[in-house]
Amino acid sequence: MKDVISIKDFDRDQIEQVLQNAEIMEGFIQGTDILQGKILATLFFEPSTRTRLSFESAMKRLGGKVIGFSESTSTSVAKGETLQDTVKIAEQYSDIIVIRHPQDGSARLAAEAVSVPVINAGDGSNQHPTQTLLDLYTIKKELGRIDTLSVGMMGDLKYGRTVHSLAYALSWYDITLQFLSPPSLEMPVHIKEDLARKSIEFEEISEMEDLKDIEVDVLYVTRIQKERFPDIEEYEKVKGCYRITEESLDYIKDAKIMHPLPRVDEIAPEIDETPNALYFKQAWNGVPVRMTLLASLLGWSP
Amino acid sequence: MKKELKVTAIKDGTVIDHITPGKAFEVARILELEDSSAVVSLAINVSSGKSGRKDIIKIENKELSKGEVDRISLVAPNATVNIIKGYEVIDKKHVEIPDKIVGILSCPNKNCITKYDPVETKFLLESSDPLRIRCYYCERVLTEEDVKKGLTKE
Repeated sequence: MKDVISIKDFDRDQIEQVLQNAEIMEGFIQGTDILQGKILATLFFEPSTRTRLSFESAMKRLGGKVIGFSESTSTSVAKGETLQDTVKIAEQYSDIIVIRHPQDGSARLAAEAVSVPVINAGDGSNQHPTQTLLDLYTIKKELGRIDTLSVGMMGDLKYGRTVHSLAYALSWYDITLQFLSPPSLEMPVHIKEDLARKSIEFEEISEMEDLKDIEVDVLYVTRIQKERFPDIEEYEKVKGCYRITEESLDYIKDAKIMHPLPRVDEIAPEIDETPNALYFKQAWNGVPVRMTLLASLLGWSP
Repeated sequence: MKKELKVTAIKDGTVIDHITPGKAFEVARILELEDSSAVVSLAINVSSGKSGRKDIIKIENKELSKGEVDRISLVAPNATVNIIKGYEVIDKKHVEIPDKIVGILSCPNKNCITKYDPVETKFLLESSDPLRIRCYYCERVLTEEDVKKGLTKE
């Protein structure tokens, strides 16, 4: 693999390879010289502090250096330079590129334009494959397996890029999915068709109480964004129903709670200290997973 | 050949046969035949042993290029393209939806990078029946309806 652009480019074996290598990479988390002398360019055309810091941390732990920008207003992009030209210039200064860009498909185009490896750190509302890989790594690390699990996804399933990619990646495994969302924010038909084609069992529910009679091992929570609702009243009506508090633990029982973060108020802070909460560990896992991808694309293998 | 064609045989040109019934107007529009000076005949809902019904288009003194054939394949996947010279069929091709559709369709996703950067659009065929193609860049899935809109010159 030259680049990491879309989770759709990964089959089960390739996913497993990343997860196994990430486990090995945890042994190097205190620092290594695997990528000594290498330079990573982080091209963030729109801000995403968390993802950028995670990549920077990963590169520095590997012994490499980082250059880049975190917003495009101060760059030649503001003067009208094409994306293809910008990445071709970055290629001259670096050995590997991580790109975050507001347009869908930008990372694929960037990868086509240059010969150094490109990692997609989010292209518009399309893909964010390193998030999905760290989600899978978290599930496997914390629950010991992915096969035979029941995974619930809750919140905005219509526009949520992370849940779309995660559902797609999980479809390589023997799993059951539960989709919990307001009716107006259901999982899109084309994703449900993909799942059906791969014989993945899924159920759609709209009340958290419905989870009382359903066993889920993992509950993946996403934010419901106000701007997705044409009617503000409808938003006010649903937002409270998709909020995890101590009382919700009656319904979700021992399920591990994951969240791509940032959260607004969909998980109450009192959940943080419960054994259910996985979301901070999940964020930590981003580092060994991104270390693995950076190192592998530059020729490392354990 | 004569038996199949309901309208007069042409001397030189192209006969597009086995067009999905009802799609002849669509094909004619995609090929911008209304703007050309060529003599064009359309036959709609002609009975056909092979597929029940079909549409046929005959274009006099014009041979279709590969790119034009590709455009037809998106709305009339079973069409055949016959090149006629001196009343004889000198070449007969089944149109095929190519695995990669380059440069002839625009992406319906307004946020697709192909709308912003100078690059030819590229779509990958996922299924030909029902038609599903995916933008190589933004990964948007297009149905037959989307394809028709994308084929229309903006």
